[in-house]
Amino acid sequence: MDRRAMKKIFFSNKMTVICAVLLLLVILASLLAPLSPYDPDAVNVAERLQGMSGRHILGTDDLGRDTFTRALYGGRVSLLVGSAAMCVAVLAGTFIGTVSGYSGGRIDMVCMRIVDIFLSVPSLLFIIVVYAFMPRNIMTLVLMLASFSWTKVARVVRAQTLSLKERDFVTAAKALGVSRGRIIWRHIIPNLMPQVIVAASLSIANAILDESALSFLGYGVQLPMASWGSMLQSAQQYILHNPILAVVPGTMILITVLCFNVMGDMLQQILDPKLVK
Amino acid sequence: MSQILQVENLSVQFHTYTGTIQAVRDISFGIRENKVTAIVGESGCGKSVTSKAVMGLIQKPGVISKESKIFFKGEDILGYTEKQWEDYRGQKCSIVFQDALTALNPTMDIGRQITEKIRVHRRVNRQEAWQEGIRMLEQVGIPGAAMRMRQYPHEFSGGMRQRVMIAIALTLHPQLLIADEPTTALDVTIQADILDMMKEIQREQGMTIILITHDLGIVANFAQDIIVMYAGKVVEKGSAEDIFYHPAHPYTEALLRAVPRLDISGGQLETIEGAPPNMADPPAGCPFADRCKKKRPVCGTGFPGEAEIAEGHQVCCWLYMDDGGGSGDGR
Amino acid sequence: MKDLIMKRLAQMAVVFVIVSMFAFSIIYFSPGDPLYLYTSPSVSTYKMSEEQLDDMRASLGLEGNVVQRYIDWAGKMLKGDWGLSISNHQPVKKQILDRLPNTIGLMGAALVLSVLLAIPLGLLAGYHKNKWIDNLISAVSYLGISLPAFWFGIMLIIVFSLKLGWLPSAGMRTIGVESALDVIRHGILPVIVLSVNNTAVFVRYIRSNTIEQKEEEYVMTVISKGVPRMQVLLRHVLKNCLLPIITIVGMNFGTLITGSFIVESVFGWPGLGTLCMDAINSRDYTMIMGITVLTCIVLLIGNFLADILYGFADPRIKQGKEAQNG
Repeated sequence: MDRRAMKKIFFSNKMTVICAVLLLLVILASLLAPLSPYDPDAVNVAERLQGMSGRHILGTDDLGRDTFTRALYGGRVSLLVGSAAMCVAVLAGTFIGTVSGYSGGRIDMVCMRIVDIFLSVPSLLFIIVVYAFMPRNIMTLVLMLASFSWTKVARVVRAQTLSLKERDFVTAAKALGVSRGRIIWRHIIPNLMPQVIVAASLSIANAILDESALSFLGYGVQLPMASWGSMLQSAQQYILHNPILAVVPGTMILITVLCFNVMGDMLQQILDPKLVK
Repeated sequence: MSQILQVENLSVQFHTYTGTIQAVRDISFGIRENKVTAIVGESGCGKSVTSKAVMGLIQKPGVISKESKIFFKGEDILGYTEKQWEDYRGQKCSIVFQDALTALNPTMDIGRQITEKIRVHRRVNRQEAWQEGIRMLEQVGIPGAAMRMRQYPHEFSGGMRQRVMIAIALTLHPQLLIADEPTTALDVTIQADILDMMKEIQREQGMTIILITHDLGIVANFAQDIIVMYAGKVVEKGSAEDIFYHPAHPYTEALLRAVPRLDISGGQLETIEGAPPNMADPPAGCPFADRCKKKRPVCGTGFPGEAEIAEGHQVCCWLYMDDGGGSGDGR
Repeated sequence: MKDLIMKRLAQMAVVFVIVSMFAFSIIYFSPGDPLYLYTSPSVSTYKMSEEQLDDMRASLGLEGNVVQRYIDWAGKMLKGDWGLSISNHQPVKKQILDRLPNTIGLMGAALVLSVLLAIPLGLLAGYHKNKWIDNLISAVSYLGISLPAFWFGIMLIIVFSLKLGWLPSAGMRTIGVESALDVIRHGILPVIVLSVNNTAVFVRYIRSNTIEQKEEEYVMTVISKGVPRMQVLLRHVLKNCLLPIITIVGMNFGTLITGSFIVESVFGWPGLGTLCMDAINSRDYTMIMGITVLTCIVLLIGNFLADILYGFADPRIKQGKEAQNG
């Protein structure tokens, strides 16, 4: 399917456009967080645990920090971790998927067994266990998240590569003596783009969800940095008096993940030849 | 000659996102009892849709227009209730689809797929139904029938699978059998075997068969009557002799020239230039006009009426209308 | 079928060896001396004798070279000797097995709930594709897959425990009350939270399956035999729709396990998850190793059962011919 047709269908679908706009809003708001008059980390005990008011539109937390401002800064961390993990996963998954699918034979078998192994262990438990013994920083977190999500990308990419490599333009390139690496780079990968975009969208949704769960359990983003997940963790003790503290970051996670999921799914439906027909 | 089936003014439309596809446009024909009638035409001409309409299998995006009438032994089946349809399907009329691999339930053994039909219509116990199933498989020439009843569709070869399909259709001896491209998916040699078997059963049991095909070659020594369809219209109908030796419609002529023949040596096979019209927006005139070698100005003005050029041989073509013009009503 | 079982068993063994190596490496590569707690007088009030420490080292596999240690350790694990917990000196195996039923119960209840909910919802949505009921079910299932489970748990606690006071917010039993009903009351919220994600995944799967199956040609054949519509749906479409659920349940087993760990920590459910979190917080290596290994065993068995069950249910696989979708 060519890119222009895809764009056209994308914009003709109301759901995808709504999601794209919502996501853009979330991203913009996070980027523009410094415009907020409050310092996300400044402690102000005099104003702790306030409800919604004109001064603090979403109230304050146990240390008197403005919840709205913290949610925006938290979004920066969540989105950063999510997209970084997605990038690593997509790069690794695309590389392994194309090489595995294009080479076939023993290389393919070994790669797929490795994928199977990764898919058959409880990922979050492993991340927590490893994370408990590793330096806890964003870098480790991203790599850990990516190390369990590249497998899904690799599977999709491999399946697509298998069908692409039988196409005439690949055969033609082979007949012309083009090297394997060059065929993958110039002919296979560009044609994988739609599937990779779908996988990326779904993978970023998963990464954000997993990051928030980890941070909530205390094994993700470490203080003083805050993500939506870690905001929820500290909100947990105050849910009785100030439930808004828990509502805000959770809603942000839900909206963001929902939008990425819906967008990925709609794109997938667009790509499905059965529906194009 | 008594007719088992009469189709009158049948129109079927499919409402899709890209527009309304007029798959079958106001066609009428009759099927003689105990004869084999072939409906011939290119893919997409509406012949399969017609057969599904006769079985009551037109589903949701598809709609049968209100003026349409289909009479089976004088009864208007389009007015049937769901209960009446269930009684009619399989018992009075059966269908064989093109690809038996997709047309059989992959997770149910053959035995249960045959006996299901028997037990839906007849009050018999499992054992009797099973014995009847074995008999049916034997009838269509499947060796080791008793053992094969327990097997699943994927365990049969293509030809054997199609025999199973036919056995299921023939179970309960329906008066009318519709075979929708029954041999298209098979090798040529197996095609011949299956057609021979069907011919034999038809002769023995005196059954009516509607053979739907795009291949005039397999029609020649099988069908007594032929209906030629093009772009959702019946363009010519008559006996096999009429159609093969005195084709009247330019489309029929073109089709015949495209069939390899042993009795006429030399010469080249011809193809028909161009493609059938878009059925979402069919032309107002004769749909074949754009591909027709005998096209005249009048052809674009409207669809020609039916002209009877010999007893039981009708054609819809402007060539046979009075002065090649007139009202468009040929009768 | 036999081949399939043997193949799966072999794969399981390989995965298991790799996982056990990973579990073992937790100790081997962890920074510092795991027995730091017992050797440093400044940290521990409990002082072990040298003999006890040697015993401890041996049971943790801290002697000899890596390969030797791994083999020793693996041998002991296989024999059922999972060592003593570092933090409370009780046998690891007993503590884990004490908690295991609580987690399995939670997972089982959630799994049953999601399958029971997902089958009718998925069929309904697929059968009425693009009608309002389908749009509603699909929208809710999107929410379900995007919902952070722990947050959903907190929200339920706020509403049903704190505001309405209908259900307990934490734990598994009210102290002093010994009744199954009490456990069920405690379990309602955790089971709901744990099943949400899986239900949504299953619904989407069953829906697309139903849509696919309904358009298969064999349905036409069955109708043309004169089979009543309801029987077509129940005897043919339903079975072929539901068969692949076995696979998807197997594939989601891992999410179910990690999900239960999260849900347990939200609700303070005394299962493997809370045990694991405590162990990690107190750096209880033997316990972590034990839980990791056991969790993987549970997961592998779950996957294995799903595969075998599917093989039995689908004749195309039973006879050793892989399904075409490969």
